[in-house]
Order: sequence, then C-alpha cells, then structure tokens
Amino acid sequence: MNKVAVIDYGMGNLHSVAKALEHCGKNVSVTVSSDAKTILAADRVIFPGVGAIRDCMAEIRRLGIDEIVAEVIQTKPLLGICVGMQALMESSQENGGVDCLGLVKGQVKLFANGQVDGKPVLRESDGEALKVPHMGWNIVQQTSAHPLWAGIADGTRFYFVHSYYITLDPSETAAGMTHYGVDFAAALSKGNVFAVQFHPEKSQHGGLQLLSNFLAWNGES
Amino acid sequence: MALAKRIIPCLDCDKGRVVKGVKFLDIRDAGDPVEISKRYSDAGADEITFLDITASHEGRETTVHTVESIAGQVFIPLTVGGGIRTLEDIRTMLNAGADKVAINTAAVFNPEFVREAAARFGSQCIVLAMDAKRVSAQGQSDRWEIFTHGGRKATGIDAIEWAKRMVAFGAGELLLTSMDRDGTKSGFDLALNRAVSDSVSVPIIASGGVGSLQHLVDGVVEGHADAVLAASIFHFGEFTIEQAKQYMAEQGITMRL
Repeated sequence: MNKVAVIDYGMGNLHSVAKALEHCGKNVSVTVSSDAKTILAADRVIFPGVGAIRDCMAEIRRLGIDEIVAEVIQTKPLLGICVGMQALMESSQENGGVDCLGLVKGQVKLFANGQVDGKPVLRESDGEALKVPHMGWNIVQQTSAHPLWAGIADGTRFYFVHSYYITLDPSETAAGMTHYGVDFAAALSKGNVFAVQFHPEKSQHGGLQLLSNFLAWNGES
Repeated sequence: MALAKRIIPCLDCDKGRVVKGVKFLDIRDAGDPVEISKRYSDAGADEITFLDITASHEGRETTVHTVESIAGQVFIPLTVGGGIRTLEDIRTMLNAGADKVAINTAAVFNPEFVREAAARFGSQCIVLAMDAKRVSAQGQSDRWEIFTHGGRKATGIDAIEWAKRMVAFGAGELLLTSMDRDGTKSGFDLALNRAVSDSVSVPIIASGGVGSLQHLVDGVVEGHADAVLAASIFHFGEFTIEQAKQYMAEQGITMRL
C-alpha cells in the first residue's frame, strides 16, 4: 500500500486533493491529517493550501506543521500545492509582509507592475490590463527535466487561481515557468521537494498525470 | 495573452436532476448531473457550475450528495450556487468537493456576508453572482439594476456600483447574468458585460442569452468577459463543448484545446 498524507491545517479544500489521488492509483491510501506521527509514517506527503498566507502561516505554526514539513523533506517526497508552495519560501508581500518557512530561497509577490489611482494594477507588455486573481488555464513551460513531468507535454495548460506569485533566488531550480504579465515560477524542484503554483487536482489529464507521477516518485530528480 | 478564456457549462439542478427553463418557465428535464458533468469535462469544459434551484431541506441533502459524486469523478473546478446563505452552507459545499461557491441573494440582503465569507475561506472561492436588468430607457445613458427572485424583484442597487463594492468586500470573481437575456438565445448583454468588466479588477463570467457560438465569441471580444457560461445550447445537443472551443479558437481567442 502506497501511503499518502495530506497535511491538514484547516485551510482549503482537501477533499479535492484526496479524491484525485485516490482516482490516480489503486493501491493508494490517503490520510488527511495534522498529526506529526501520522504524517511522518506516510510514504509521501502533500502540502496544500489556499487562501490568505498570513492565516495559513499562523495555523502552520500553531499546529507545529513547520517542524513536520522540515522533517518530512529530509526523508521522503513532498508535493507543495499553491499556498503550500508559497509557504516554503522565505517571505511573502501578502498582508503587509509575512515570514514563511524559508526552506526554499525566494519571495512571494503580488501580481502588479504598475499603479492607477494609488491602486496596484497588472499590465501585459502590450498595455493590456490583466485581471487579478490569475484564474484559469495557463501554459507551463518545463524548464528542467524531472520525473514529475513524465508523460506531460511541455506547454500543457494547468488550472491556476492565485493573486501572488513566486520569484526564486537564482540558486534555486524552477521546474516550470508561466507568464502572466510577469514570468513566475509555476513549479520548483529541490531534492525531495516538488512544488506547483497550479492545482493538479483540478487540471484534468495533465494534473492527474502529475499526481500519478508523484505517487511513483522516489524523491530523486 | 497565454491565459485561456474559459467555457463553463452550467447545470441548473432541482432535486438531483438537471433542468433548464426559459425565463424560469417551461422547465425541461435534461438528465443526471453527474453523468452530464463527466461528459462535459471529457469534452474539454474548463469548469462546471452547478446551480441548485431546490428550495426544500431534503432537496439540499440530495444536492450535497450530488456535489460529492461530481467532485469524485470530475477533476476540473466546480462552482456551486443556489441557496448559499451562511458560512456553514459554504463550509458544507467546500467539504462536499466544491472549489467555489456562488453567493447571490444573501449578498443583497447582507453585503457583509461576502466580506465574512472571503475573510474566512479566501477570495479565490467566493463568486459573487449578480442578476442585472436594464432600467434605462432608450436614448438614456445605460443603467442596470440588481434584481432578486429570478428577476422579479428590483432592489434599486446600481449594478456597476454593486460589482465594485462586492469586489472591495473580497469577491474573487463575478458571475454576471443579464435577466433581460436569460433564456432568450439572443446573446449576452454586451454593454452590461463590458461596463462591469472594465470597472473591476477580478475576472467576469458572462451569463444569460447564449444561442449561438458567435455569442460566446462576442461575450469575450465585445463584452470583455474572462469566461462564458451557457446551459441550454449544450444540454439539448445543439452544440458540443468541442465545437464551441474550436469555433472560439478559430476567431482568434486563446482557448485550452
């Protein structure tokens, strides 16, 4: 049995991730939990998250999830999704500045590259105004080879919904890049960690393939 | 731009069955919501919207089970609307597998509900559904008002002001239905769509009036919609989702094919 723990810190819809994982593999047992023992006993771990990062980080620290995640990534594969990816970074601009876990070097920034009437706005290079949140299906260019991309065509569209994006320190590895007004890291890889800004559990064939690949991944890139 | 415009088939459901009426009359049975959702997802639908028109308590339980079944088989975003009045209603639907909830009447009666919902669950899952009707006479400058009860009750609220206010309160997306066009197959109210879309920062889903594939194109190109929602043209087999996406792509719109 392939044991997967989905880390539960009270933020977001974990049902979708669990259902999608169960759909991907026959011998998969999915547990949604915030308990350190249960999470550390799993073969692999999903670190999800939606909503405001300040609230997420507060719950992560209150429940001791920060220490659990730091331990997990020493020993087994971890897949970060959306705010779960952002939480791995050093800090976020959201809510006036929030310290994150600092496990990957980089920043989380608001989608904005200008201002109108004192309010942040995002524009494409041709001047087109872009809506925020970045919501919908966008292209992910695979920028480094990785077992989690197996069977997924370069340039496949995945489903995104987020208002903040990640810029990685040059010392880190972006596994995928997406463009929305700015270029941002849609996926990153670091040892046992793979993390994505999009929602694989909502990205139909490409997303389910990525989750299947994660279920088979031994943590080597 | 690389971000694709979205096609969203909408399932109006009553007691666990998909139905579709014209201006809330002449309701026809269109089938099982789980089967239909799966078929649309396989055909390339970018999201599914499920609107529960059931009023009874028993019917609501059926709805929760239906949402659970859809979410277990369909791996694209699912929005659930209809009768969302409390934070508990939102939690129930998210736990059943919905990714977003659409709030309509409850927001009109208590706008603070949208602020509380967005603060608790995040803007990304709060869709503000607004039913608007043109109230300006011919020759006057355009004006639309928010209506409730399926377009029967006027609220006196200006649609553009309402959209701005709800976005300021945390709505992450607007589902904009023209009550003048809903069920008529005469196309979206493009002026309404453009006016709302250009005055807020969040994505707009255009709804109400689709009768042809060109209407979908018009909604994006002239109505400045980020997504287009339709029901009857898909339910009764006039067009498939594939045909709609192909047609929009041929007209130069970025689509996920």
